[in-house]
Amino acid sequence: MAHSSTSFQLETRADGKRILAVAGDWTIWTVATVDEDLRKADIAPDTVLDVSALDKLDTSGAFVIDRAMGGFDRGEDPVHVTGEHPAAGRLLEQVRRASTEPPAEPIHHPGFIALLDRAGHGAIDAWRELLGTLSFIGETMATMARLVANPKRVRWTSIVSVMEDAGLDALPIVCFLSFFIGLVIAFIGANLLAMFNASVFTVELVGIGMLREFGAVLTGIILAGRTDSAFTAQIGAMKMRQEIDAMRVIGLDPMEAIVAPRLIALLVMTPLLTFAAMLSGIAGGLAAAWAAMDISPKMFIERFQDVVPPQHFWVGIVKAPVFAIVIALVGCRQGMLVEGDVVSLGRRTTSAVVQSIFLVITLDALFAIVYYQMNV
Amino acid sequence: MTAAAATLEKRAPATDREVIIRVRDLTNRFGAKTVHEDLELDVFKGEVLGVIGGSGTGKSVLLRSIVGLHHPQKSDIEIFGQHIGQLSREERVKVEQRLGVMFQDGALFSTLSVRENVMAPMREHVHLPLTLMKDLADMKIRLAGLEMEAANKRPGDLSGGMRKRAALARALALDPDILFLDEPTAGLDPISAARFDTLIRDLSHALGLTVFLVTHDLDTLVATCDRVAVLNDGKVLAIGPLNEVRENPHPWIQEYFSGPRGRAAVR
Repeated sequence: MAHSSTSFQLETRADGKRILAVAGDWTIWTVATVDEDLRKADIAPDTVLDVSALDKLDTSGAFVIDRAMGGFDRGEDPVHVTGEHPAAGRLLEQVRRASTEPPAEPIHHPGFIALLDRAGHGAIDAWRELLGTLSFIGETMATMARLVANPKRVRWTSIVSVMEDAGLDALPIVCFLSFFIGLVIAFIGANLLAMFNASVFTVELVGIGMLREFGAVLTGIILAGRTDSAFTAQIGAMKMRQEIDAMRVIGLDPMEAIVAPRLIALLVMTPLLTFAAMLSGIAGGLAAAWAAMDISPKMFIERFQDVVPPQHFWVGIVKAPVFAIVIALVGCRQGMLVEGDVVSLGRRTTSAVVQSIFLVITLDALFAIVYYQMNV
Repeated sequence: MTAAAATLEKRAPATDREVIIRVRDLTNRFGAKTVHEDLELDVFKGEVLGVIGGSGTGKSVLLRSIVGLHHPQKSDIEIFGQHIGQLSREERVKVEQRLGVMFQDGALFSTLSVRENVMAPMREHVHLPLTLMKDLADMKIRLAGLEMEAANKRPGDLSGGMRKRAALARALALDPDILFLDEPTAGLDPISAARFDTLIRDLSHALGLTVFLVTHDLDTLVATCDRVAVLNDGKVLAIGPLNEVRENPHPWIQEYFSGPRGRAAVR
């Protein structure tokens, strides 16, 4: 846009009349060049505005001129204008009505008090979060108990739908990742054990590793990332669009219609996925052993049956329902906590994934300690 | 003839008024459904044009086609005398800076305060000192009829009517020449809606705005519009001052204006 040059001139006529002559375009695109000089200029309240050389004017230009000539402090007293301009009078009047006292600066506490303030708020938030989590767990348990007592209220359709979304659709990625983890463990083991001429122990390494630990933990982490983000985003979006409120008003219990089906579906699917993860991990180890160490599949399986007792399988699979509960509860609770805006949806989805991965690994460590004490 | 209709008649456009938006050959199809077929429309400088039509007649699509959010199958749209389709990217941005759009639900950025929302277009396009930008944003917020307390609030904390005003303030941020309003009074209570109508009327007069208004609200038509365009069957069925359009014998128009709501609004 070509602007005719924006300028102003302050002069005192022979008859003592003070004139502010503005020229060129005074629009949002140009006012930055003159605003500071204009505010510095000492303009008496009785100055007359000469608009005869003024080109384009918009509300921003009018605001800058009006403010320099007193603006809000003048109250009802309009700026006196001389010269012809199609819009100047209207615009000056309009922006005067819209101008306001400069807003008061927000109060800033000194650093130390602000620190205490934030620490206090943080402590209260943590306490509330703990209470909220506990009450959510309690509410879920009560709902599940109600459903057991009255199985007709169980929503099979949504359970099956979640089972497909969160379980069946996760099967390829779970198997794929477990296969490669099994492969990697076998390769690491092969190199290390070869130093002791004990390559054949690779079978134990892969078998016990996949059954006891990696099957369940891998499944847990994948579900935490893949399914929890979906749970939180779905429930959060429903919350934002007031669908949850609508359910409550209609008399549908959101715990029963949303949380319970997800929990039940994960309780069923997580052990199955864990089992699939174990199988593919062992298959990965078998492939590596065959390719790198000339251990034939037949030999691998025979040795597997000899040296890996089934107790390792049970030790691993027992963790799956525990992870399922944690993942379902965290995802649903974070979804329910979403508020009206987009930021909270993003933040809740992130914390759902972070919290559930954290809990899966922490719980796994707890299991390891307990198993160690029990000598299993 | 009522007083309102009489004043509208006085403002009825002279034939040689400057055309600011010229739409020709606009064709929009969604699958098998044709929404617009060789639609023609002129918007005059400084007028408030109300676009009405039944649901699904493509009022919003027309607005989106003009402001460039929707690419029609075929179109020849001129804004400020420039063919939109033939402009380079930079030229297009310059045209777009002179348009202000207010969406139906406000479409305010929920992560920003109202003031930051109004400042967003300024930050993007204009080099202004931050303090001046804040002062200008506050002025626009007041211009749109909001109190200063609203400036620091997030859109989520505002009522429906206040959100509409905040959206209007953002649409006015760059002092546009043309203001597009999509259902500005939908979802407002009658008192807020009436105030909003007055606000639009006053602003368009004071700022010399051209307003392109899509609405279902008959009261808005009566209170704010210089001319009314009726969309039907992919074309502009009738266009002109409200009292002329009302005389059109087309059954839809007759039903629209002589239904109970129509009679109440134009009485």
